[in-house]
This record gives sequence, C-alpha cells and structure tokens, in this order.
Amino acid sequence: MKKKPWFLSIAAVLGFTFLYAPIVSLIVFSFNESKLVTVWSGFSTKWYGKLLEDPQILGAAWISLKIAFVSASLALVFGTLAALVLTRFGRFFGKNLLGGMVTAPLVMPEVITGLSLLLLFVAMESAFGWPAGRGLLTIIIAHTTFCMAYVAIVVQSRLVDMDESLEEAALDLGAKPARVFFDVTLPVIAPALISGWLLSFTLSLDDLVIASFVSGPGASTLPMVIFSKVRLGVSPDINALATIIIVIVALGVAIASTQMKPARDS
Amino acid sequence: MGVDRIETKQTIATGAKPWVDQAEAPFIRISNLTKNFGDFIAVDNVSLDIYRQELFCLLGGSGCGKSTLLRMLAGFETPSSGRIEIDGQDMASIPAYERPTNMMFQSYALFPHMSVEKNVAYGLVRDGVAKAEIAERVAEMLTLVQLDGFAKRKPGQLSGGQRQRVALARSLIKRPKLLLLDEPLGALDKKLREETQFELVNIQESLGVTFIVVTHDQEEAMTLSSRIGVMDRGEIVQVGEPHAIYEYPQSRFVADFIGSVNIFEGRVTEDAENFVRLHSQEGGCDIHVAHGVSCTENQKMWLAVRPEKFSLSKEQPAGKYNFVTGTVDEIAYLGNLSVYRILLASGKNVRATRSNRDRHDAEAAPGWGDTVYLAWDDTAGVVLTQ
Amino acid sequence: MTGAQAAPPLTKTLKFIGAHGRALVIGVPMWWLIVFFLIPFAVVAKISFSEAVIARPPYTSLIEWTGEGAMLLKLNFSNYAYLIEDSLYILAYWSSIKVAFFSTVATLIVAYPMAYYIARAPERRRNVLLMLIILPFWTSFLLRVYAWIGILKGNGIVNNILLSLGITSEPIVMLQTNFAVYVGIVYTYLPFMILPLFTNLVKLDNDLLEASSDLGARPMATFFKITLPLSIPGMIAGSMLVFIPVIGEFVIPALLGGPDTLMIGKVLWSEFFSNRDWPVASAVAIVMLVLLVIPIMLLRNAQAASAEGSS
Repeated sequence: MKKKPWFLSIAAVLGFTFLYAPIVSLIVFSFNESKLVTVWSGFSTKWYGKLLEDPQILGAAWISLKIAFVSASLALVFGTLAALVLTRFGRFFGKNLLGGMVTAPLVMPEVITGLSLLLLFVAMESAFGWPAGRGLLTIIIAHTTFCMAYVAIVVQSRLVDMDESLEEAALDLGAKPARVFFDVTLPVIAPALISGWLLSFTLSLDDLVIASFVSGPGASTLPMVIFSKVRLGVSPDINALATIIIVIVALGVAIASTQMKPARDS
Repeated sequence: MGVDRIETKQTIATGAKPWVDQAEAPFIRISNLTKNFGDFIAVDNVSLDIYRQELFCLLGGSGCGKSTLLRMLAGFETPSSGRIEIDGQDMASIPAYERPTNMMFQSYALFPHMSVEKNVAYGLVRDGVAKAEIAERVAEMLTLVQLDGFAKRKPGQLSGGQRQRVALARSLIKRPKLLLLDEPLGALDKKLREETQFELVNIQESLGVTFIVVTHDQEEAMTLSSRIGVMDRGEIVQVGEPHAIYEYPQSRFVADFIGSVNIFEGRVTEDAENFVRLHSQEGGCDIHVAHGVSCTENQKMWLAVRPEKFSLSKEQPAGKYNFVTGTVDEIAYLGNLSVYRILLASGKNVRATRSNRDRHDAEAAPGWGDTVYLAWDDTAGVVLTQ
Repeated sequence: MTGAQAAPPLTKTLKFIGAHGRALVIGVPMWWLIVFFLIPFAVVAKISFSEAVIARPPYTSLIEWTGEGAMLLKLNFSNYAYLIEDSLYILAYWSSIKVAFFSTVATLIVAYPMAYYIARAPERRRNVLLMLIILPFWTSFLLRVYAWIGILKGNGIVNNILLSLGITSEPIVMLQTNFAVYVGIVYTYLPFMILPLFTNLVKLDNDLLEASSDLGARPMATFFKITLPLSIPGMIAGSMLVFIPVIGEFVIPALLGGPDTLMIGKVLWSEFFSNRDWPVASAVAIVMLVLLVIPIMLLRNAQAASAEGSS
C-alpha cells in the first residue's frame, strides 16, 4: 500500500513540468538581448529598462492596482457577510437564491458577466443617470461582484470547518452575537479572509474580459494594454513585465506562508 | 444456513486445549516480530503461537501495538524484523491481496457505492468465482448474519448493527483460514454489543475459522476468547485463558488492567516451603499466603486481591489469617452489588464489593463512616514479584 | 450593547445594527448580488428581444407607453431567428461545445494522476505540492497564455528543439491551430480540475483501499472498483469547473487560435465590439446561458454530494 506505482510519479513530474515550463521560459527570455523572444542571443536587462519607461504600461498598472485594491476590499466585506449568512444564519427567505448567486459567478463565462454588467450600467444610466459614463467605478463594481463570490467560497469553507461550539461557548459566557463575531469568529477565519482578499486582488488585476466590457475611455487596465500589445505578437518587454509579476507573487506567497505557519500551528 | 458448506473441522471442544498439548502444531506462528515507525517501537519482539479454531483476543490500551500486530498479519504493514507463518507458510513476501486472511475493520470499511450484496460478493468477484456460485454463497452468508432482505440496500441505509454484520459477512465469504477483527464491536452501543458478542462466538464456532480479535474492552475479551494476549507498550505481557488472566495475573500491570484490584506492598518475613508470610506497612497487617513462593527473606513483593474476594463485616472476623481494618469512605450502589471504598489507617484506599444477595440486609450492611473489617482467604490473593 | 462607554453617534449606529442586524447582514450581500448579478441577466434577456438601432444606447425599447398610460410590449424574436439562419452561430456553439468537451477530457486525464499523487503524498509534501499547483494561478492568466505563443510559434521553443534534434526538417505549425487552443485550455484550467479532485481523493478512507486489497483485489482492481467510482463527484465538479467557463472562453482562442478557430466567446466579443450589434450579442449570451444550465446543475449536485459525503 505504501509504495506508489512508478507511472504515477512520472505523471506527476510531467504534470509539474507542464505547469512550470512556460513560466520558466517567460523568465528566461525576459533577459534575452535579442528582440526575437525565442532565440537566445545573450544576457541583457534592457527590456526591464524599456518597460519602466513605457508610460502607457505604467499608467495602466497604476489604474489596475487601484481597482484591484478597492474591489478586493469591498469583495472581502460583502463576501464575508455572504459566507456568514449562508453558514450561521439558519434558514431565511432567499437562502437558496443567495447560495446560487454566490457560486454562479465562479463558473459564469466572463463574456456573459461582462456583457450583462455593461448592459445593466447602460440601462441604469439612461434610467437614473447613474453611473455617469463608464470607467474606474464600473470596473470596481464588476470586479467586486465576481470577487465576492470567491471570498464567500473561501470563507464559507473555513466557517464550515470551524468548530461551532467555540461560538456557542462565547455566547454561553455572555457575549452578544456581534461580540462573538469579533472576538471568536473573526480571529479563527482570519487566514481565510487574508487569502480571500489576496485572491480577489489578483483576480481583479488579472481580468481582461469583464474590464474590456465595462471600461470606458481613459480607463485602460493593465491586462487591456497587455492584450492589445500581445495581439501584435511577442515582445520581450512583456516577458519582463511577466517576470516582475511572477517575482512579486512568489515573494508574496513565500512571506504569506512563513507568516501564516505559526498561526496554523497554534 | 450456510454453515454446512464450510468444511467444519472439529471445533475446539469444551476442555480441548491445543495450547496445552505439546504435540499440537501452532496454526499461526509469530516469531520475534518487531515493527518500528521511526523511533517509535509499536510492536516489540513479539512471539506468539495461535492454534487452529482459536478465538484469540489481543487486549490492551490504545497505542499498545495490538492493531499494528493485526495489520502485519493482514499484510498492511511490513514487519521491521521477525517472521509470520500462517499454516506453515511464511507471509513475508505475500501481499495483502494474496494472503489467506481476511479482516473486519473497526470502521467496517464498507464500500459506500456498492449495495450490501455487492460488498459481500466483492472478494469472490476478485477471485473470479462463477456468477451462480457467488449469488448462492452471498445469499447463504446474508442468511447466516440475518440480513436476508437487505441485499439491495446501500451501507448508508443500514443501522450500525446491520453494517457490522455486513462487514462480518464480507470478511467471512472467502472462507479465510484466519479472520482478523479490529475492535469488531467497538462502534456498537452497550446492549447491542453484549448481544453481538454471543452471535460472534456462535458464528466462529459453527464455521470453525480461527479468529484474532483486537479489543481494548476486557469484558469483551473475557466473553469471547479461548485465550487472551495482554499487550503493553508493544510487548505481549501475558498469554492465557480468560480465567487464568484474571485469577493468576503475572504482573501488577495485568492484575490492574483486567478488572479492578487492590495491591498491598509488603516484605517477606517468613519463607517456608508451603507458605509465605508478608508484612505490609500499607495494609497495617501480616499477610499469610498458603503456598510457597521462590523468594528471599525481606524481599519486596505485592499481593493482589480482587474486590470480590473480600468479606466485609462490622465485626472482627474469627479464625481468618488475613484482614485489614478501616472506615467506610464511599459506597456506590450498583444494584447487583455495592462497591465500597475503605480508607485504611495507612491512608491507602481499598475497593471491596459486597453482593446484594438479601433484599433486606440494610441493617447488616456497613454504612458511611463505619469501622469495618476486610478479610480474605490465604488463597484469595496473588503474589506478584514484578 | 449597553453603550454607556461608547461615543453617542457610534452607540446609535451600533444600536441600529443591533436591532436590525440580521436583516442588514443578510440584505447587504443579497441586494448587491441581485442588483449586479441577477438583474443584469434580465437586462440582457430584455435587450435580446429588441432591435438594433444607431443610437445611444443602440437598441430599441421593448415597452412603449401609449397616450392613456397603457403599456405596449413589443417582443422581437428576429435576433434569435438570425442565430438559427446564419450557420456561423450554430457552428460556433457546436464547436465551442466540442472544444470544451475534448479539453475537459484532456484536462481530466492530465489532472487525475497529479491529484492522486498529491492526495497520497505524506502530509508535509502534500501542502508544498498543492501550493505548486495553485501558484501559477496567482500569476497573470493572460501572461501564462502569452507564454505559449513563444513556445508554440513557428520559430518558437518547441520547433527550435525539434529542428535541432533533427526530428523535423521544417517547423511544425502549431500556433493558431485548435491544437494550441487545447494546450492553452488544459494548461490554464488544470488547477481547477486538480483541486476538486484532490479534495475528493484526500478524503478517500484508506480503510476502504485496505479492505479491497484484503479481499483479494490487486492495486489496479482496487483503483478501478473503489477509488475511481468514489471519485466521481470530484471528477464531475472539476469537469464542470473547466467545461462551463471554456464554453465562453475568449482569451485563449483569441491569442492561440487561428482564423478558423470558431468559439462562441469570440463570436460574442466581435458581435459586440466590432459589429456593435448589442441585441444579437445579447441573444448569443442568452442561448449560451441556456446551454450552460445543465452543466451548472450537474456542478451544484456534485458539490452538494461532496458536502454530504464530508459530513
């Protein structure tokens, strides 16, 4: 029972190679001298320099970061509320509806979500004059909506795993429900909240399709700029950008996993 | 009944004790078996012979190595060293799926996606037995465990007791030479457990299969087994028939683990050929033991006395060698008997039981705070040197 | 909430929350999703029944008010009729379903052994491996698809290797083919398949496998009779998590596929952005949603089943 068949190990090794080879190739060729992305002609960091001088990319990156920060924070609040309601509030009118609305955005094709939100915004604008035009605000609303679904799922699974008698014990010792939430529930689900926020942040940073639908003039996010460049073919400064993102993510994960360890052990 | 299909060799007749007979070859021979997980030694140099058609119980607390020993017999764990032979065949190179053993799991491990019928048939299907024969044998087996009519149910639709019987049927259908049962009754409630104990013994006797049962429940072990092996920290500390384990424990651990016991520490003051005399500081008395013990003068020894071996009275007993005196500290009335906790002058607590034979003896029964005498025969205690 | 020590305005707010807490906590996420998730579908459905006009917004209203305040509903089915008449749409739906189906199967085949391997790994290794599965998911999806352009194109990495090894004398055309689309889909959706499978397989009771082995099943038989059937809910959940979004996938066919890669997400995109025909785009979306109802139900059932299994 203990030993694993050899082909399993081979399949796992191949699978991980498949997952990481493209990423490694992105990084390697970001340091390529030549403009031809796939032919090695010497080490160079010039594409990083070029990237940092590109105002279009820098501007889009700043817009994307702002959107991601606000959307992730809003999604964290709404998603946590949704998770709490679904796991701790017993039965109430519309529970199934809420449960469905929380899971559906996870699988909904992005073109549908994007199109439907755009049409909503247009209809709302012509009906109440709000939101006036499209841009940051509409992208934030759209991202908050689909990110809160992810937060809700992550937090929900944590709440389900959590021993409910902890909360009951606090109630029994005289804490009111709101107190219980802040004193007992919140600390226990904190890791889920952090990963929910981070997940939302990256999903928002990453989104091309929905943002393309609901964005307006002057609000081009980073993925929109990258997409328009990439459509024209490969270019080494995109590799450089990818490398920077990968390094930031890897660092973030490394920090998160070392910071989270003691909390998990205790 | 499916019993006649299984070749019923002569079962262990009452009184027949193959382990006493020197000529009898053991059916299962475990020699110097050791299993360690890293630094932890789960099973420590165990040697054990088990005979055909025995119902052998491995008894011990959690973590004593009994389950690991069972899993090595089944082939789920590889011994670190030592040897297992079943019916003369070395098991070392034989994987679990080719061993002549079957196991009944503590969790029952019923396949949740298969009906009762499919579960029971599984072992036969794997062996490529013909369909008609499978159907017949499954039906017989379900009858044997009184589950006819449940064939199409899924395990999730059964009660705990029914699941237990499906697990038993599934593990017996291949007619294993040896059936391994890991806490077979552990998941049942007390009443069901007591009923099932006898059922299990009946099935074992009628099929003539050798059983090894792992349990932590001494009462269960006493009821079921032909012999018991008591395990502690990976070692087998004593092997014997139930009454021998109870009446003649060889160590303070066994005496204490099986039933409850009072242990008096003492020193040998007189060592004769056919009796010994101890002086016990704890008991505040001299103890007379009516048989010889190989010991030396002034050696430290222990006398173990079961609570029911005392006779409890308010008057000083006459003509008895051994008694201690103390005051009644606590009484627990259990219906069939009362358990007394007596506080001796030395500060030691002694447990004694008094059977409630007479409905109207409230007067005679000692009450709280009474001074009482606890007397026992000079053959009632067990002298322990370790 | 005695409020004695708190500042008055805060006390008031807290009191309000205390009194209406439950309704408020339920109401906030509920109304947000109703307004920004549910109602948009109604709007899409509505617009799919209207006519395209050159105006802002570029569609007609369904409801007209007559002079007396009575309501006149004008439903226009021509957009749907158009989807049936023009074979482009039917072909695109069909091809999306085909691509989604085969890429789901391919993802399952790649993911299963990996998920199994991780689930059976010792606990400490297991967490590291899981992290490695999730990590690429945190980096930009767009850039990971982009990476494949460099690998698959005519003078890309794969062709360079094949040419230098002499396996082929001419570069193989891989980019802008359906093959590239499949590779891209399997690559980006792999974690979505592995995670539910892993969650399912890691819960698999080892006793069941031992029981099977004990009853005489060789490892292969145990796998096919016990492990595989018991992992069906995980397989369904993972498959649906891949199949459903792939149906509407836009980025992968747009970057890796060729002109003849027909997928409905791409069609909707161009209908909307290039042709500016919002009503037809809406009709395309509504039909796509209807197609997805069954897979979404399957997914919900699989998730409910696995939630039941764990309790």
